Amino acid sequence: MQSEDREEKVPERRKFLLDVVRGIGAAAVGGLAWTGLLDGKQVHATLLRPPGAVPEPEFLAKCTKCGLCVEACPYKALALGKPGDGRPVGTPFFRMREDPCRMCRDIPCTAICPTGSLAPSLVSDRDEQGRGRLNVNLSKIGLAVIDRETCIAFWGIQCDACYRSCPVLDKAITVEPARNERTGQHAILAPVVHSDHCTGCGMCEHACVTKKASIFVLPRELAMGASDGRYIRGWEGADEERMRDLPEETTTVTPRSEKSPLEYLNKDEF
Amino acid sequence: MKLTRRELLKTTAAVAAAMAAGMSVPEELRAAVKKTEAGWRWDKAVCRFCGTGCGLMVATKNDRIVAVKGDPAAPVNMGLNCIKGYFNAKIIYGADRLTEPLLRVNGKGEFDKKGKFQPVSWKKAFDVMAAQFKKYYGRMGPTGVAVFGSGQYTIQEGYAAVKLMKAGFRSNNIDPNARLCMASAVAGFMETFGIDEPAGNYDDMRHSDTVVLWGSNMAEMHPVLWSRITDRKLANSKRVKIVNLTTFTNRCSNLADIEIVFKPNTDLAIQNYILREIVHNRPQAIDREFVDRNCVFATGFVDIGYGLRPKIDHPKYKKEELDTASREAFKIVTKDEAIAMGALGYKAGDRMEMKHAGQAGTHWAIGFEDFKKGLEPYTLDFVAALAKGDSAESLEEFRKKLVSLADLYTEKDRKIVSFWTMGFNQHVRGTWVNEQIYAIHLLLGKQSQPGNGAFSLTGQPSACGTAREVGTFSHRLPADMVVGNPKHRAVAEKIWKLPEGTLNPVVGSHFMKIMRDLEDGKVRWAWVQVCNPWQDASNANHWISAAREMDNFIVVSDAYPGISAKVADLILPAAMIFEKWGAYGNAERRTQHWRQQVTPIGNAMSDIWQTVEFSKRFTLAEVWKEWKIDDKNTLPEVLGKAKAMGYRETDTLFDVLFANREARAFKWPDPIGIGFSNTEAGGDRRNVEGFKGYGFFLQKYLWEEYRKFGLGKAHDLAEFDAYHKVRGLRWPVVDGKETLWRFNAEYDPYARKENHGKFAFYGGAMKEIPRGDLTGPKGDERVKLPNKAKIFLRHYIEPPENPDGAYPFWLCTGRVLEHWHTGTMTMRVPELYRAVPEALCFMSVHDAKKNGWKDGELVWIESRRGKVKAHVETRGRNLPPPGLVFIPFFDERVLVNKVTLDATCPISKQPDFKKCAVKIYRA
Repeated sequence: MQSEDREEKVPERRKFLLDVVRGIGAAAVGGLAWTGLLDGKQVHATLLRPPGAVPEPEFLAKCTKCGLCVEACPYKALALGKPGDGRPVGTPFFRMREDPCRMCRDIPCTAICPTGSLAPSLVSDRDEQGRGRLNVNLSKIGLAVIDRETCIAFWGIQCDACYRSCPVLDKAITVEPARNERTGQHAILAPVVHSDHCTGCGMCEHACVTKKASIFVLPRELAMGASDGRYIRGWEGADEERMRDLPEETTTVTPRSEKSPLEYLNKDEF
Repeated sequence: MKLTRRELLKTTAAVAAAMAAGMSVPEELRAAVKKTEAGWRWDKAVCRFCGTGCGLMVATKNDRIVAVKGDPAAPVNMGLNCIKGYFNAKIIYGADRLTEPLLRVNGKGEFDKKGKFQPVSWKKAFDVMAAQFKKYYGRMGPTGVAVFGSGQYTIQEGYAAVKLMKAGFRSNNIDPNARLCMASAVAGFMETFGIDEPAGNYDDMRHSDTVVLWGSNMAEMHPVLWSRITDRKLANSKRVKIVNLTTFTNRCSNLADIEIVFKPNTDLAIQNYILREIVHNRPQAIDREFVDRNCVFATGFVDIGYGLRPKIDHPKYKKEELDTASREAFKIVTKDEAIAMGALGYKAGDRMEMKHAGQAGTHWAIGFEDFKKGLEPYTLDFVAALAKGDSAESLEEFRKKLVSLADLYTEKDRKIVSFWTMGFNQHVRGTWVNEQIYAIHLLLGKQSQPGNGAFSLTGQPSACGTAREVGTFSHRLPADMVVGNPKHRAVAEKIWKLPEGTLNPVVGSHFMKIMRDLEDGKVRWAWVQVCNPWQDASNANHWISAAREMDNFIVVSDAYPGISAKVADLILPAAMIFEKWGAYGNAERRTQHWRQQVTPIGNAMSDIWQTVEFSKRFTLAEVWKEWKIDDKNTLPEVLGKAKAMGYRETDTLFDVLFANREARAFKWPDPIGIGFSNTEAGGDRRNVEGFKGYGFFLQKYLWEEYRKFGLGKAHDLAEFDAYHKVRGLRWPVVDGKETLWRFNAEYDPYARKENHGKFAFYGGAMKEIPRGDLTGPKGDERVKLPNKAKIFLRHYIEPPENPDGAYPFWLCTGRVLEHWHTGTMTMRVPELYRAVPEALCFMSVHDAKKNGWKDGELVWIESRRGKVKAHVETRGRNLPPPGLVFIPFFDERVLVNKVTLDATCPISKQPDFKKCAVKIYRA
């Protein structure tokens, strides 16, 4: 049972402290671990933080490595960066394949954070009566992406274990049916991730049945592109939304246009 | 020609498919394939799991299964599988596979029910098993012993078990787990058509304009069939309509054009609403010619109880169980029931005495006017208010949906297939709801045609092929015959070469009754084969106590240790599917055979070997003597007649039933098996306790003898060898040709033979019934119904246990895509275990909020009978309406059947796993 699993796990924070002590001990002897403690200054691009995490540079500045979020997680899913593992030491992160975020509606990790590195305001909205409330579906832990070559649903196998494990099923992951042209009699029911609803909780990555997960969570900055608000899809009414934060500056500069007209014209080169 | 990896994979598949289809393949490509696959052997087989019956190819190397692929040549799935089928290569190699017989022993190594399990030899296992059998059998006779059989037996295994029990031990106490799965469907078929199994086949999905699901979560339970239906919808999205009738939102709802969430048990009322619509308001939709020529109207008793224990104050009931238990004797008619059964004269508050619980299946012919009158109360107003299952949905919305459903059924030229599985079958009136769907299709003339008909979907891989067709039931013999019919017994006795009078005419104990008999000490020896009764029988606390605390002997044959093994006294390690020759029959009547691919693990031996070895322990003198069955029936001794036939008293059941002259004529090796093992025929490299094989082709002998039952009886099967050359055949196989749509003279030679016009419902059972009116049979006249099907009038009645103040929630149980049944196999596959490691309690987010339960919180789910703990889930695949929770039954740690009720359909004896009342509280 999952509850038994939770109780048996050694509290991450205690292990972390022991490791730190060992690290300092090693430093006294050889100084190798010392550099590990300094790792935290770098921004680690692929870490998946708890729900409500502020953007990474601010997160690293605010997180005091107290470990309260780790202890608050009922599933003990959060781990802490250790000296020498290349991650900012003492800060919380997920390893989704082993232990995803279960998307607790009361977000205990964020609720307990004393420094604002996990900010309830980022995962809150208002209900019909205008009252503020936590909404774990607003989390932006990361974004799930699919390898369509290894995902067996794209082969035509009836899987969608990821879809069935998704707490925001039918919004974050939908199943798009398509005709299986090879058999001519069956449909391919393949999963599609939608970035506006995906929280990056990792339940899908955990459930995926392929040898290495074919659906996996990446930090949103790595997984996503961005489109230019100066072109609007005429066939989609709501697309004008993307014009919202257009920069005022409209002048464009390229190597071809960087010279002034006179500078260009008065150079006698042909 | 050098191939890239991707090209090679494509080539391999294409070559395999081409070769299977008999096409010629360029030499070049063939060579490329052979080289890579050097060391592997591919052979055809079938998936271990559901009734879809996907074809599989199995790759073996060094006596291990290394990979599988969907069989591209198999018409069912054309190379596809679902994620359970995908892992067929892994199910055999779980780390805790049973490899030795295990016996509970004391310090001295003697059998002791209080002892712990220790490994013993097969010889010792059979010694103890036979000694215990003879102890109880000698004292109690054929009614004191029982076999829990299975819809997952191979056909030959089921046939051997039936032969041993019925012909050998003269006991009818063999009943399969298919009783828990398809019995209501069977009863529906037999009462409506006089013969079992669906008329149509999977091609119906391609032809139909409309698919209506009645309590069938096909997206999760028959995924490859669902992908066919999805494809059909994509082909013509505007025309093709899908309707999902369910008690909770599930994954079928996505594709459905209409989702109808109804209150449990009100499917009875909804169907009568449709029937009333047709008969009262849209009579032009009735296919008068079809009905006049091919149908009669019929009805039966309503006061038939709920299949609970007849003794309503049984000493083993807990106090809390007594109020539900009392409904077996009588119930107080509710306001809704009084309206529904108005034509029968019931009033609200009346005490309905269950006078006809013992005649639940009795039915009689009625006139059309009575049929019409009986349907009168089921108006849209009444039914919509009664049946609406989601309190959050508006009544207006729900009414519109019911009307749309009626519109779809009655639309002229709209082809429609109705599918159902456990929602209809695991139902206190399962036989009735099965009959009602046929009534709708028959009235409209939409039956037994391509894309047009009622299609009962089978859950297990061989509930059709084995349990039903072979007759591994307490009342059946092969090919739809029954023990109660002397003509049928005579046929069986002739084929089995038994003295006249050997077979026991008294119906034995069905699955739930075997459990009750164990609890009552009426059965004291039971053998479990290919199922897990202590996890899948309802009201499990009773049966767990009976097995562990009473004086009895329980043998469980299984591949993995589960709950049933845990309550047993002796455990026999069973070989799994590809470790033996076998055959399964799927939901579209397609029988598919396979060869043994690998040697069984450890000292595991197949169920058929176990059955046959056990038969060696009995002489005719010990079994074919006089036996008292009950106060009215005593079986005569048949040893005298046996001797006249040339048998000797000292002949064993092995000699007579399995290794007789006919059997030995089937030589091994046989050309069809060249290059393949056959542990039972020729032994294997393990030489398990010196076993070198029986020396003849046991599986082929049993097949060819079994075939005889169905030939010429509309159950024709082809010869053994034919099935090893093709991807299965849909019976009846007549002159080498499959039958696609039964009862339709265009497709079915048996229908053509009747010269009855376009259709002939030629099934022979129950085709001579009394006449009567709405309340009962009247007069002595018996009307004959050759080639006719029955359109039944059945009524709405409540289940015996409804949510109330003390137990306010409905509990519904079922499966999830990732796990099969009790999880003995799929929970051993790491990927499936990780994807779904535990059974959750799916509930409405409103109920969770109202009660302050968080997602992931551990709660008790408790009924009058027992309780289990599970984590709350308000998100994901199943979204119940307020007031209902759903718990799947695959997880031994959430043994939900401790909570469920053992009420059954009184006709089919199938338990209702979909409805009982529970309370929920924080753990």
